[in-house]
Amino acid sequence: MEKTTNPVWRFFASVKLALFTLFILATTSIIGTLIPQGKPPEFYIEAFGPRIAHFLQILDVPQMYGSWWFIALLLLFCNNLIICTIDRLPGVWRVVVQDNLDTPVDRLEKMPQRQVLMADGDTSSLGEAASAIMHKNGWKADGKDKADGRLLFAQKAPWSRLGVYAVHLSILIIFAGAIIGVLNGYKAFVMIPEGASTEEVFPFGTKKAIPLGFSLRCDEFTVSYYDNGMPKEYRSVLTVNDQAAGKTITRPIVVNDPLDYKGITFYQSSYEPMQGFKISITRKADGKQQGFQIPFAKKTPWEGTGVEFGIINRQIRSRMGDVEQMKVWFFDGQGDPSVFWLANNGNATIARPTGIYEITGRQMFATGLQVAKDPGVWTVYLGCVLMLLGLYVAFFLSHRRVWVYISRAEAPGRCRIMVCGVSSKNRLAFEKEFAGLTGAFAEHPSFNQPKEQQA
Amino acid sequence: MNSSQLLGLTTFAYLFSAIIYVGLFVFRAKKSGTFATLLAAAALLLNTAGIGLRWYESHQMGIGYAPLSNMYESLVFFAWAIAAVYLGMEYKYKNRTLGAFSMPFAALAMILAGLKNPDIQPLMPALQSNWLIAHVITCFIGYAAFALASGFGIMYLLKDRKGISESSLLASLPETRTIEEIIHKTLVFGFLWLTAGIITGAVWANSAWGTYWSWDPKETWSLITWFIYAATLHARFTRGWGGRRIAWLAIFGFASVMFTYYGVNFLLAGLHSYGGG
Repeated sequence: MEKTTNPVWRFFASVKLALFTLFILATTSIIGTLIPQGKPPEFYIEAFGPRIAHFLQILDVPQMYGSWWFIALLLLFCNNLIICTIDRLPGVWRVVVQDNLDTPVDRLEKMPQRQVLMADGDTSSLGEAASAIMHKNGWKADGKDKADGRLLFAQKAPWSRLGVYAVHLSILIIFAGAIIGVLNGYKAFVMIPEGASTEEVFPFGTKKAIPLGFSLRCDEFTVSYYDNGMPKEYRSVLTVNDQAAGKTITRPIVVNDPLDYKGITFYQSSYEPMQGFKISITRKADGKQQGFQIPFAKKTPWEGTGVEFGIINRQIRSRMGDVEQMKVWFFDGQGDPSVFWLANNGNATIARPTGIYEITGRQMFATGLQVAKDPGVWTVYLGCVLMLLGLYVAFFLSHRRVWVYISRAEAPGRCRIMVCGVSSKNRLAFEKEFAGLTGAFAEHPSFNQPKEQQA
Repeated sequence: MNSSQLLGLTTFAYLFSAIIYVGLFVFRAKKSGTFATLLAAAALLLNTAGIGLRWYESHQMGIGYAPLSNMYESLVFFAWAIAAVYLGMEYKYKNRTLGAFSMPFAALAMILAGLKNPDIQPLMPALQSNWLIAHVITCFIGYAAFALASGFGIMYLLKDRKGISESSLLASLPETRTIEEIIHKTLVFGFLWLTAGIITGAVWANSAWGTYWSWDPKETWSLITWFIYAATLHARFTRGWGGRRIAWLAIFGFASVMFTYYGVNFLLAGLHSYGGG
């Protein structure tokens, strides 16, 4: 098949266009790393002045990676990949599947790797010996009788020629996965106070809530710290309550270990300290216990016991506003009230005129969850795996072919044996491999005879 | 002896071996070749031991983690990868002049590491992932290959001049055709690892934040670097570019790698800020 000469087709199939697109993609991508992305319009006016800011907005620079012109560049890139593949793949495919026993003998004589031997014997017995040598060296040969002799052929990794097309295809698969994700998925955020539930989440960039189809409760949120004060772990215990499916699942999540339910994934993303505390009080005398959720600086009664208590002060640990310790005010109606510091998550035992009380207290939080639904992610990963395999094949494997042609020489009972080969790449490695094969021929008793002068 | 002392020694060992390799090339003292190789291998062993000891120390402190998490640790691993990839190439190509253009990078990486704070810090929550290990290892093997390719690019440009006399220093360099082949092989190797590095980073980002790609400056620069090398490989494979152009592209590509690795942390803000410490 002749390649089309249609200039439009040739343009889109050209490597020149690929180089140009790669260059333009690389240079334009720099813009978005220099100009902060996704800020409100005022930011750009302040940073660059109203005229340049207006110009940036016209060109969608504040969201350049989703702008019409950047998407157009990516489409041009895909188009180039597709057309280039359609243009070249059929030819490459023919090389992969072709019958190399039909290769004309005069072309064999011009192969880059070539060695000629002379031997006594007839073409079929020498053919069998040659085939055995090839097999022993890892070349599984097929044979065919020709007009004046016998041709043997063996090849390794013919499919390695497809590696580069696998890489091109993998890029298209990754784009397809990204498109699936954009069309059928969303990225959202939700803040859930401890003990509260939500049935909807709020996607970025819009005000409209998306219903989850189930309810998600934050049972508990905790931050833990290393000795040096660095945060060690952010942990939320989440409960999914899916009434439609009659399912309840409780599972803790931490950063790098999200919760996935029905294709919606919840990631530990942030947290907010709340203006409230969880207090639990036990009266040792009769073991009576009660839990409370109380706001800051508000006196709270424990009904039926005469006890009143509250948090009157707190010590803040970090900029986030998490409490290191809280000052508890506790009064049971007799004597002076007890006032003491209680570590967050700590407990204290106090002796009062009415008996001994044990008190635990902790600050309340709201957990911030990143919510993602991305049905395209496995397609993207498939593309990534294919890309790595394709690159490996394209770079490190080569299609290697060897022919052995045994033809009757002029002297009766003599044969001329030509061993030749070619590799699609890695010429040096193939030279060695080829030398190994010809060496095996030279050492074999059937062929160990003075060789003909090479042309 | 603690790990930072051991790694300090590593710096000197790399520096010494780099000097010997450059000396081999400048004075054509072929006989000291084995010594240079042994020294480089010993430095690599020291480097390995230093990384291993640091790992052990972090466990002793009760915050055990693979020491690949900040600028100091990444530079130390970068030096390791440069030396390991170089020794592999020396073995493959049986050529020690390559060392004069490779080992200085390992020494330089360790010197830069020496300027950083070597204190062992526990991992913040975002870094507590096995993908961290896969991501850093793949990226830095790629970076190491690109560093060597740029060194060989310089070698090519030195060699590829008219009128190099037989007695000249440069006559001892491999033939331009051979250098070109080596540059190409190194770029191809680096490209595969860079691709793996970007992919492991994307998978990690997805498991931490739910987005495999967010056009953060570090991600974008890694992609820019990938585009540059992809273009370079296409230019060679299909348009037959070679020689000086590929040598320059190898140098230019490595500049982009360095910006991705170093420049982005200092000049641009983004998610990847923990790489800066």
